[in-house]
Amino acid sequence: MGSSAGRPDGTPKVTGEFVYSSDLWLDGMIWGVTLRSPHPYARIRSIDPGEALAMPGVWAVLTQEDVPGDKVYGLEISDQPVLAVDVVRYQGEPVALVAADHPEIARQAAKRIRVDYEVYQPVTDAREALFEEGAKLHPQGNLVRHLKLRKGDPEPVADVVVTGEYQVGMQDQAFLGPESGLAVPSEDGGVELYVATQWLHVDQRQICSALGLPPDMVRLTLAGVGGAFGGREDLSMHVHACLLALRTGKPVKMVYNREESFFGHVHRHPALMRFEHGANRDGRLVYVKAQIYLDGGAYASSTPAVVGNAGTMGIGPYVVPNVQVDAYGAYTNNPPCGAMRGFGSVQAAFAHEAQMDKLASALGLDPVELRCRNAMTQGAEAPTGQVIDSPAPVEELLRRVQAMPLPPPRSPDGEPDLRDLPGGVANTTHGEGVVRGVGYAVAYKNVGFSEGFDDYSTARVRLEVLSGQATATVHTASAEVGQGLVTVEQQIVRTELGVDQVISAPKDTQVGSGGSSSASRQTYVTGGAVKAACEQVRERALAVIQRRLGCTMPDLRLEGGKVVSGEDILGGLSDLLGDEIIDETVEWRHRPTEAVDPETGQGFAHVQYAFAAHRAVVDVDTELGLVKVVALDCVQDVGKAINPQAVLGQIQGGSAQGLGLAVMEEIQISGGKIRNPSFTDYLIPTILDMPPMRIEVLEYPDPHAPYGLRGVGEPPTISSGPAIVAAIRAATGLALNQVPVRPEHITGT
Amino acid sequence: MRITCTINGQQQQADDVWEGESLLYVLRERLGFPGSKNACEQGECGSCTVYLDGVLACACLVAAGQAQGRDVRTIEGLAPGGELSAVQRAFLEAGAVQCGFCTPGLLVAAHDLIERQPEPSDAEIREALAGNLCRCTGYEKIMEAVRLAAARRSGAGGLPDDGTDHPHQVITRPDHPGIQRGGQQRGPAGRHT
Repeated sequence: MGSSAGRPDGTPKVTGEFVYSSDLWLDGMIWGVTLRSPHPYARIRSIDPGEALAMPGVWAVLTQEDVPGDKVYGLEISDQPVLAVDVVRYQGEPVALVAADHPEIARQAAKRIRVDYEVYQPVTDAREALFEEGAKLHPQGNLVRHLKLRKGDPEPVADVVVTGEYQVGMQDQAFLGPESGLAVPSEDGGVELYVATQWLHVDQRQICSALGLPPDMVRLTLAGVGGAFGGREDLSMHVHACLLALRTGKPVKMVYNREESFFGHVHRHPALMRFEHGANRDGRLVYVKAQIYLDGGAYASSTPAVVGNAGTMGIGPYVVPNVQVDAYGAYTNNPPCGAMRGFGSVQAAFAHEAQMDKLASALGLDPVELRCRNAMTQGAEAPTGQVIDSPAPVEELLRRVQAMPLPPPRSPDGEPDLRDLPGGVANTTHGEGVVRGVGYAVAYKNVGFSEGFDDYSTARVRLEVLSGQATATVHTASAEVGQGLVTVEQQIVRTELGVDQVISAPKDTQVGSGGSSSASRQTYVTGGAVKAACEQVRERALAVIQRRLGCTMPDLRLEGGKVVSGEDILGGLSDLLGDEIIDETVEWRHRPTEAVDPETGQGFAHVQYAFAAHRAVVDVDTELGLVKVVALDCVQDVGKAINPQAVLGQIQGGSAQGLGLAVMEEIQISGGKIRNPSFTDYLIPTILDMPPMRIEVLEYPDPHAPYGLRGVGEPPTISSGPAIVAAIRAATGLALNQVPVRPEHITGT
Repeated sequence: MRITCTINGQQQQADDVWEGESLLYVLRERLGFPGSKNACEQGECGSCTVYLDGVLACACLVAAGQAQGRDVRTIEGLAPGGELSAVQRAFLEAGAVQCGFCTPGLLVAAHDLIERQPEPSDAEIREALAGNLCRCTGYEKIMEAVRLAAARRSGAGGLPDDGTDHPHQVITRPDHPGIQRGGQQRGPAGRHT
């Protein structure tokens, strides 16, 4: 605990032996592909699979008529068809499936399925969808959720008022491992699915519903996951592969290519936000008013929860007496949006942090000073009325990141190293027209599922002697997506049971739900479950040992594979445990949250808050609009760093995704269609784009959390981007109300 | 068609290969070498990087027929006999592996860099790995890993005992005096089944 233990999956990952979901292979398996709609909005007049079915090597062609159970599914609202039913609502919506001997035969066959569409005019603007007459994309209309937050005086007055309108583009998770998996029909008429996901049990629930099968006939095992970042919370090929396997009686593998992946998972909601901040002359915030419009695209996915976050967390980690926020999620014919790292807080942070800089400028205050004067503290009241009841070192994070050394200024003389300049070796500048800027931003993020969700994890821990050695096996269904949960689970078991040998059982649905690998929650909630299971195992083991020793010793403990009382080693755990097998399963919950009031947004909405602050230094070529991020430094409070190396990895990786959204990453949509579904046209940061980072990690324990820990994964993605945009503004003096910041925003061309 | 080539020093043969297949597909789906990864299949991400006659190539951009008679070395060939190479060990120790999907391609590219340039500067490391996308790590620990592997290879030692060479990353425990550096000793790895 607190050490940078190595990953149990590390060696297979560096030798190429680790089995990802796209590496699965079985004798006799066939390949599935998806036929997707080319139109963002259309009625399906007819589907003719005849020509496809007649092709040699084709085993099956399926449409919605072949879905035996519920034809729609969804994480929060069941509104998304397994295969399109009469209408398609986004470009890329699955319409039909093909299974064939070879993936290319399947692709060719899919092209020969004749679909007759009546094409409609798509609804592509969230505010139009909400407030103007037009197509109702779902029976209940185009509003997914409206979160209203009302706190304090409805008509507050302030000395200084600043307003702004901000836009955030649609970001892609761009995990590298494509959506993929293998479905294997079983003898009982059920199916085994090996798949990359973030939450096996929520998948299982939706698959069972679509297949019309009970949970014991739909068994899921986690295959190796090549990144997730929210993009694997929704189903992708899961039901499709199962349908094809059950129809053909053969194992069916499905692997999206990169282009299909852009259509095969939800994205980060694009946002339009209007903010108004009022403050007194001393810099104390009097009020914040905000309207936040999130484009949810064609289906709900996790839009209700994203709206909840954007609304309840939308003004940043500041103490504000009067707050009025309206956050809306809309249905449109754009690609469906849902979970991505930072989940509603990322979008809002671009707006509230830009507003804080604008306010600082209006007041003649240093931007960090203004933030510190209004910083949330332990005991402060959040806009939801919730009292922050664990450390909230917002001011300290800002002061510490401000105190870090700055990179040296660019030397005005001598020939610069092109690699240090915007444009790099493209040789676009030797320093002329290049200006430097520094910007700050601070983030907070709710950890765990909020608003009354029954958020729990299950852990099974077994202690026994194997080959003469005391061995613990830890079994959870909680998804390892790269973050290092398997390492943390083993660290907790080693710490709690004092054993060296820990086996991680495969992640599957043979054990209860581990909840989602999202919301920065797994070390907290699954970690809490593993700890609780270990405590029960330890209690029973100590009882067995005391019985064997024939005495009662209240201070007995397990350490380093030994049984210890006071300073005395009473014996090896393996000897004293003998042939006893101790096996405990625990369902563990964090303290409950509650739904917020529908009219005021007030309530104990969130179980824990996590905080981070960034400082960015940028060089901007003002003639070409190119940006080089020179430094990106971060201070974050993690409560307790269970694995410091993994914590740093989360901060570095999360910061890089924020950098991407700030200056390069956007799914370009035109008329409801994605224009750049490839890594050629959708750019994510390379090793040349990421600067070295100074990082400081604080450990202020949260008394409510296991080991005092705080979720880590999301905060860095929230504050890094706004800090970079603030630095570009500082360098150029431009308003820059839209991210990603494009070259033309800087050059004005 | 039939493809015959050498993979990691052994003669291999694949039959009934469709002309449109890539070397990556043949490696992964026909010959049992799934270590090279299929992240973009258009030469942008570097996850399928292999040596082709000793020169780096994206296996997704090499038509299967182009591999006929050639020498291919994949991630599976970097640890002959099960002994991890210096870059593989360094990636593990530095924490450069998270989801690991980019790792095989990065390892082949980093291995090539260190073979060509035993003491690369940071700028040279970044240049050499600019064709390999990683979405998890933010690249910082990949930089540390390559520096470590190069230092080890040139006999210059390597990381201090605490497993990091980065002076800018600290863990501060406000309830304890002093500042500790991130990255402690490696614990027992346990078995992963």
